[in-house]
This record gives sequence, structure tokens and C-alpha cells, in this order.
Amino acid sequence: MSALLELICPAGSLPALKAAVDNGADGVYLGLKDNTNARNFSGLNFDAKALAEGIRYAHNKGVKVLMALNTYPQPDTVSRWHQAVDTAATSGLDAIILADPGLMAYARKVHPNLRLHLSVQGSATSYEAVNFYRERFGIQRAVLPRVLSLPQVENVVNNTDVEIELFGFGGLCVMVEGRCLLSSYACGDSPNTFGACSPGHAVRWQQTPKGMETRLNGVLIDRYADDEKAGYPTLCKGRFDVQGETYYALEEPTSLNSMEMLPEMARLGIAAIKIEGRQRSPAYVAQVTQVWRAAIDAVKKDMAAFKPGSFKPEAAWMAQLNKVSEGSMSTLGAYYRPWK
Amino acid sequence: MLGTLRFAQPTNYPETTMKLPNFPKPLARFVSTLPSWPASRAFVAAGNLVAWPSLRDLDWSHVAGRRFRVQVSDLGLKLYFSVHANGFRALHNGLADVTFTATAQDFARLALRLEDPDTLFFNRRLLIEGDTDLGLTVKNMLDAVELETATAGMPVGMGRVVMKLRHLALK
Repeated sequence: MSALLELICPAGSLPALKAAVDNGADGVYLGLKDNTNARNFSGLNFDAKALAEGIRYAHNKGVKVLMALNTYPQPDTVSRWHQAVDTAATSGLDAIILADPGLMAYARKVHPNLRLHLSVQGSATSYEAVNFYRERFGIQRAVLPRVLSLPQVENVVNNTDVEIELFGFGGLCVMVEGRCLLSSYACGDSPNTFGACSPGHAVRWQQTPKGMETRLNGVLIDRYADDEKAGYPTLCKGRFDVQGETYYALEEPTSLNSMEMLPEMARLGIAAIKIEGRQRSPAYVAQVTQVWRAAIDAVKKDMAAFKPGSFKPEAAWMAQLNKVSEGSMSTLGAYYRPWK
Repeated sequence: MLGTLRFAQPTNYPETTMKLPNFPKPLARFVSTLPSWPASRAFVAAGNLVAWPSLRDLDWSHVAGRRFRVQVSDLGLKLYFSVHANGFRALHNGLADVTFTATAQDFARLALRLEDPDTLFFNRRLLIEGDTDLGLTVKNMLDAVELETATAGMPVGMGRVVMKLRHLALK
């Protein structure tokens, strides 16, 4: 039977991986300690030893391990990305998650048995794009960008053999994944090659009499009053002066939470639900994995019982998810919108 | 364009934070009168005894000699220290490369892995000032230490107490 609503959880460290496994993940995704993945933060991610132990631990409990290699190699350092693919292929991982077609070609040629997933960073929003990656590189799963409404997702699902994975919960970006260069205007680094939107070295927080200020390379991007919730220090979530008015001009700090659409996702045959947050601590991974496991089990148990819009996630689940959300609030994002 | 999306409102759900016992008030009053230097020395002595055995094998090369300040906001306590190859070292008041500010309860929750620092940050319960990259590096290094390894390195009986506290808070 093909996959249905597999729960794919983030791991930035071995304890986070174990937290995901122990709390009911079907798969865990991780990255190496360099810019071959889009969570390139100091001290985060896996070295060879942690990777081997993580794979052993997960596989012992029947949980898959996926590796994100979702940044775009540059000509002078492409060998680092090739080595990462080789590492993945020889370590016994279950799949790699790629965005760059050149890297897919390398993986396909050198490691034809390695399972390939198309990263959200690949920005494939149509079935034509997804099928192109299938024909050329044999990808077996695609993670769709968070710009599509559920009817648009359905259109993709109905016209491809590629398994479709959707984001279920976590940090929501300005939704031009893989093509966003916004932070490079302040930091000088593109998130798609450096592996982080706001590298730690560029971020400064300071409590001032006016509130907590967030600066990115010296540029003031937000100031929070004492009673305001905060978000990640990215340009897209800053408040800016636009024609004399200061407001969130691009996006408010908020997390995606698509839990109430789980029955519709099940009906569409969505293969997997991805939880964002490799940069976060084991406590987050444990809390979020536990809640999503319970919700997916509830939906799968009696799929026929749920009519569109009739699924009401338990208040305690939503409370837990809102608590760990950016700005302490969440949205259905583009999944639910009446316009096309 | 995004105006027609159905954005959820800030949470109206009940608070789900799992509680640890509060710091006893008389003790808090006493602690708040302590000057920084002896408090930093006491903190460092405890850290070297309890935490260092499980931390000594980490790669501290990017962190060695950098100056940390931990401000326990509800106790008015400021701790100054640095990390070296042989453990934590107390520092006199002064400049810090990075400063962490939170309540005693929240620091305890972080130490017991009951809470995620980003969650506390979003909720304005944790402030990191100064060298963010240094703060992030240490946070990620500590996250990568397994709780079992950390408690195994503690003095006899203490690891059990820590796990018991965690267990109670999670219940």
C-alpha cells in the first residue's frame, strides 16, 4: 500500500531525532553540519557519528531517516554537495531531499538506487514541473510549496504518480521557497546558497526603553513592545515604514498549522505531512510530534466519518501548537482560500 | 493580497505550560541580595560539579574564553562566567559577549528540556543580547547532549532527582 499521511519530523540534533522517534514520527529529516542544507546554524545538525547513531536508532524502531540537501551548490564548492550525496548513499539513509537539478543528476547517475525527494526549495507548483523531475531524475516524492490552495494541490495529485508531501506545521516563510533572496539585501548571503535566512552573526537583539529591537546587520527590522509576541529575525517578518505607516508589509510572524484540513489531505491521498523546525530544540520536536501523531491517528482511524470542514482538532492540541508558534499564532496559509 | 486568507487569531486556548515548583519566596529574597561575584563563583562551582562531566568532551574551541552573563530576572541575579578546557570560570562583573535573561523557573525549564528556547523567545520570556551567534552555538551544543549522558555525569543521586523532576513536570 502506498504511503498515506506519514508524519515527517525535524531533527537538528541526535536528542531531537530520538524525541521524534519516541513520540511517533514515521520519518525524521536532518542535515549535515554545513551549508548543504537550509538550516546552516552554528552547533546544529549531524556529524558522521551522530548520523550513524541516529540512523541506527530510527531504523531499530522502524522509522525512516531522510537527509535534506536542499541548498544550491556553487561552482567552486560543488564537491561538498557531491560528497554529501555520497555520504547519504553509503550511510543507509532512506532518501535525500534535493532542490538543485544538477545535484539530482549527480545522485541519479552515481547512486541510481538512492531514493530522491524534491524539496520545497525546488518550488515545483504544477504537475508538469513535478512530472518533469520524475522523468528526468526519477524523483519519488515532491514536497509542494506553501503557495497552493488545497484544490490546486488536488490538481497536482490527480495528474502525477509522484507521492506528494505537504507542510503541516511550523515556520511559514513568505512563500517563494527556493527563489527568495530577500535576506541577502541585509546579510549579503542568499539563503539558498548560504543555508540560512538570518545567520546568527547578522542578528542582534537589544532591550531598549522603546521595546526589544531586532537588527539584521545593523538594519532595524522590528521593535516589540513588552506585551507583543515576537517572531524570527527575518526581513520578511519585519515591520517597515511604508508611506508613513509602520506595519508588517510582507508577512506577520505566524506559523502554519493545517491540522484541521487533515481529513481533506487524507482524501487526496497525501503521502506525508512535514513538520518544520530543524533549528528548534528536542522539547519542541517532542511536543509537536506527539500532537500530530494523535491527530493523524484520529483521522486515519475513521476517515469516512469526516466530511469537509467537520474535523475539529482537540483544543489541547491546538493550544500546544499555538504555544510553540511564531508570534504565538497560526494560520491555514494558502491551503484554505476561496480565490485562485 | 494576503488579506483574504483566513488568518487565525492569537491563541485563546488555555495555557498548557507544565509547571515546576516555584522558587521559595524567602530564598528568592535572600538570593536577590547576593552580590554577583560570590554568586557567580557558587554557580560556577555547581556547574563544574554537576554539568561539566557531560560537557567536557564537546568542542568548545569557538566558545573558549568568551564572556557569558546569565540574568535571572525575577531574582535580580547576574552571573558572569566563561568556559575553558578545564571547565567554567567565574568572572567579575563587567562586559559580556552574550547575555541571557529569563526567570529562574524558565531557566530551569530549559535545563530540564521541558521547553524550547524559541518558544520562550516568541513569548518574550527569553532575551538574548549581544553576540547572537555565540548564544545560538551554545544552545545548539547543549541541545546535542543527550539527557541520559548529562544525568549520568552528575553526582550520585542527583541525576535521578533531575529525571524525577522532569517526569513530574511532564505528567
